Amino acid sequence: MTTTDVPPERRDRRTWLREHSELGVCVMLLALGAVVLTDALTMDVEITQRGPVGPKTVPVAVGIGLLAVSVLLAVDVLRGGRGKAEGGEDVDLSEPADWRTVLLLAGVFLATAVLIEPVGFPVAGALLFWGAAYALGSRSFHRDPLIAAGLSLATYVVFNNLLGVPLPGGPLMGVL
Amino acid sequence: MNAFSSLMDGFGTALTPINLLWAAVGVLLGTAIGVLPGIGPAMAVALLLPVTYGLEPTGAFIMFAGIYYGAMFGGSTTSILLNTPGESAAVVAAIEGNPMAKSGRGAQALAAAAIGHFAGGMIGTVLLVALAPKVADLAVDIGAPDYFAIMVLAFIAVTSVLGSSRIRGLASLLIGLTLGLVGLDQMTGQQRLTFGSLQLADGIDVVIVAVGLFAIGEALWVAAHLRRTSGQAIPVGRPWLGRQDVRRTWKSWLRGPLIGFPFGAIPAGGAEIPTFLSYVTEKRLSQHKDEWGKGAIEGVAGPESASSASAAGTLVSMLTLGLPTTAVAAVMLAAFQQYGIQPGPLLFERESELVWGLIASLFVGMVLLLALNLPLAPLWAKLLRIPRPYLYAGILFFAAVGAYAVGGEAIDLVILLIIGLIGFGMRRYGLPVLPAVIGVILGPNAEQQLRRALQISDGSVSGLVDTPFSVSVYAVVALIVLWPLLRKLARGPLKSRRNVTE
Repeated sequence: MTTTDVPPERRDRRTWLREHSELGVCVMLLALGAVVLTDALTMDVEITQRGPVGPKTVPVAVGIGLLAVSVLLAVDVLRGGRGKAEGGEDVDLSEPADWRTVLLLAGVFLATAVLIEPVGFPVAGALLFWGAAYALGSRSFHRDPLIAAGLSLATYVVFNNLLGVPLPGGPLMGVL
Repeated sequence: MNAFSSLMDGFGTALTPINLLWAAVGVLLGTAIGVLPGIGPAMAVALLLPVTYGLEPTGAFIMFAGIYYGAMFGGSTTSILLNTPGESAAVVAAIEGNPMAKSGRGAQALAAAAIGHFAGGMIGTVLLVALAPKVADLAVDIGAPDYFAIMVLAFIAVTSVLGSSRIRGLASLLIGLTLGLVGLDQMTGQQRLTFGSLQLADGIDVVIVAVGLFAIGEALWVAAHLRRTSGQAIPVGRPWLGRQDVRRTWKSWLRGPLIGFPFGAIPAGGAEIPTFLSYVTEKRLSQHKDEWGKGAIEGVAGPESASSASAAGTLVSMLTLGLPTTAVAAVMLAAFQQYGIQPGPLLFERESELVWGLIASLFVGMVLLLALNLPLAPLWAKLLRIPRPYLYAGILFFAAVGAYAVGGEAIDLVILLIIGLIGFGMRRYGLPVLPAVIGVILGPNAEQQLRRALQISDGSVSGLVDTPFSVSVYAVVALIVLWPLLRKLARGPLKSRRNVTE
């Protein structure tokens, strides 16, 4: 309904941008190339450099490569080339992308990174699993937390005690 | 020492009770994870890598080999019973396998696949035993310029042969090379792309890159497009084959490896091409042409055998040259690097016990796979009914465990998420993931070899092409790069001739 309010030329520009959103990839590659090149060229290589090829050469080559590929990709996109989105067993490409779920998952994952050291793996891991399952649409409030806690605790015991891969126990494991 | 006696020593290593246990655990875990829809072998091995961290190298690789073969077998179970292959190598298994399952012959399809895997794996591994030491002997004298040439070949092959767009493959490779640059320069200790951060000075661990791109990227991508109604798995009983079926399939099982093994050894996309070629061959040779497309058992047996043999072929180039030709081999190479072991021609000399233990455990793993999977198949089929929220929450959970286990640092989880988001973007815009992973793993190594070669030649570029080996490798590289052009040239006259005959 709002589309009628927008002047046609802006609407055209918007659809053009949506159809050419792959140009964003070119911008990213360009930025990445610029970062790599800047880092390489501002490197103050000391005389300790051994051999004719120092630590600068390869980063410079990679940086130039990134700039070149970003231009080539832009040309390809403007000529109508499109990267094919990947399919899969559980992937339904006919629906538009569900950004809410992706952002929720990323948020839950970040929270885990923050929490893992203060509260320990069993708690942080359980929250990660439950949070991710919730974000993905599971709404079973009695079963989900139980599965999450069981999986997290079992993983902790198997890795920490059986396989010799240390994970932080946190205060909870201190109590138990 | 010849290959046979080394192999016997290898069996001595592989058959100790503890290593037998690791092999069995690996096979079971690999199958369980591989059966889960949405998880292909590459993601399975990346996710299960941390399980092996606490083990010594021999045990770890024995378990790893079990995971690899188990995951491949599990993948074909998914395609047959669910008709939604998660990875390209299992596509062919679904063409005939799923119609078989639908018409009530799922048990036979699974049995044909399982025995096909067994036969292909056995023949492939025998070929590996025969060929790998010879390749290693030939390659033992190769120096820095040759290694650099091989790595250039890997980079070019992985960007050009796979995927539909070379530019996008190249972009992916460069992203990987950039990630590989982060950290201290190995030769001078110069900081690169660290932005003054101490955490980044250690570099980004390849395991984090692999788990981020394969597991987190995939989970986020699926989450954005989650199919709300997932396909129904067809229930199945214990796999078995009647005499009639065996008569039809035994030749297919034997033919598969002949196609699969050579394709696995070269950088041509792993099992994708050989499974398809095997399918076409079986179809042409079949005496039951009317059944094709409706569930011809040869169409399951041949390709599955080819795919398993191609895995063995992959190991030849991975172990003897350090050249990963598939995503799984790339992750495996990362695992070797975790232990400070560099696969290559010297591996057979320096780590003889480990290599032969690993090869022997492939045989052991195959027997275990057959013995466990035939009776357990109905159980595996139940795994297909796992609710999707739990499945993808579980992938995120175990990816977090793996990334944290690498160094015990919470910041690694943040890096993992960032790489996962890159993987998400790559899936959205059709950038293949494999070149990036190969770039991260081989990039730093390639740079070192390049600099070493140029050091020897005192900066002269001719130092890169002064051996017959490197020259022939570059010839292959040139052929791959020029292939589209050559094909166009070859097609031109062909087309005009066809027009004339019409």
